[in-house]
Amino acid sequence: MKYIEPHAHMVSRTTDDYERMALAGCEAVCEPAFWAGFDRSSADGFHDYFCHLTEHEPKRAAKFGLKHFCWLCINSKEAEDVKLAEEVIALIPKFLNRPNVLGIGEIGLNKNSRNELRVLEMQVELAAKHDQLILVHTPHLEDKLKGTRLILDVLKNDKRIKPERVIIDHVEEHTVEMVLDCGMWAGMTLYPETKCTPARAIDILEIFGNERLWMNSACDWGVSDPLAVPKTALEMKKRGHLGSAIEKVIYANPKSFLRQSGKFKI
Amino acid sequence: MTKQQVLDLYFLDARHKLVELAAFLDRVERADGKDDFRFKAFRAALAKLNGKKKYKAKGVLLAFSDPTTDPTLNAAAKGATGAYQPQISQIRADKIQAKPTLRKSA
Repeated sequence: MKYIEPHAHMVSRTTDDYERMALAGCEAVCEPAFWAGFDRSSADGFHDYFCHLTEHEPKRAAKFGLKHFCWLCINSKEAEDVKLAEEVIALIPKFLNRPNVLGIGEIGLNKNSRNELRVLEMQVELAAKHDQLILVHTPHLEDKLKGTRLILDVLKNDKRIKPERVIIDHVEEHTVEMVLDCGMWAGMTLYPETKCTPARAIDILEIFGNERLWMNSACDWGVSDPLAVPKTALEMKKRGHLGSAIEKVIYANPKSFLRQSGKFKI
Repeated sequence: MTKQQVLDLYFLDARHKLVELAAFLDRVERADGKDDFRFKAFRAALAKLNGKKKYKAKGVLLAFSDPTTDPTLNAAAKGATGAYQPQISQIRADKIQAKPTLRKSA
């Protein structure tokens, strides 16, 4: 079954993963800018990373017939240093016209600090100024509830931001409702240990419906599975979901959201 | 799905996880020394499993969550522990570089 992987950090995955994803039916992969597992020492490191996402990674994906798209930002884990964040944010506009850039992301919060919040506001401003889609990372574990509330406050208070052009990612049972109630999209991340398992993600779909929801693997350098989306599709099938309902969540929904960028064509 | 179908599909998996949970509790209780805030939160979350109240997964997640609403003064560490620890948010104010200015309606 064809699907879209709307959130994967392919710079930290092997070429074999691209092949496995293509064999499983993946047609396009979207890669938000994120933390490399260590702090970069200067804005130059981000410049190189943005070049990697917009020049090199699409070529790797193309070898397996996959379209590659990306999002640009400074991630929340490196946002405590506001001066560095300002320098990185200043780099982004010149990349926004590149053909595979979908918007600003994954911005958000990590430990819900004042500086992280300040940098989030700066990047919401950037997105509004350049009319970009927004992809939001919500914090991990005990910090997710509070962080999601703070993020939604920032976005709702800026009337230039259209909720249907924002996806709040990594929702779980305690945050999904507040996101959907705001009119924004919600992403469920399928992880083996944290965030959602396939079974819980399907529970959320059964409780809240399948409008404005997508699923992603968010595969990166940590414990994660680049085939989590097709595996969850199989789980949906085992539960008796119709093929059309599965296709909506793993293909039509992400396509509907992402095509708002004007660049997402598959 | 009917209840029977759900049980057919998930009972063995849930049973397996419940035994693992029980073994984890035994392991912690058997070990020397003191436990910490995580285990206290764990026991509070366990209490959410009993009873007829709906949305137990949400209840468990809320039991582990930071219930406060103000931004923390700074990010003392990058990682999360899995359970809310009140003193983590009590960080020295002299490290603040900037204050957020929540944008009001444009």
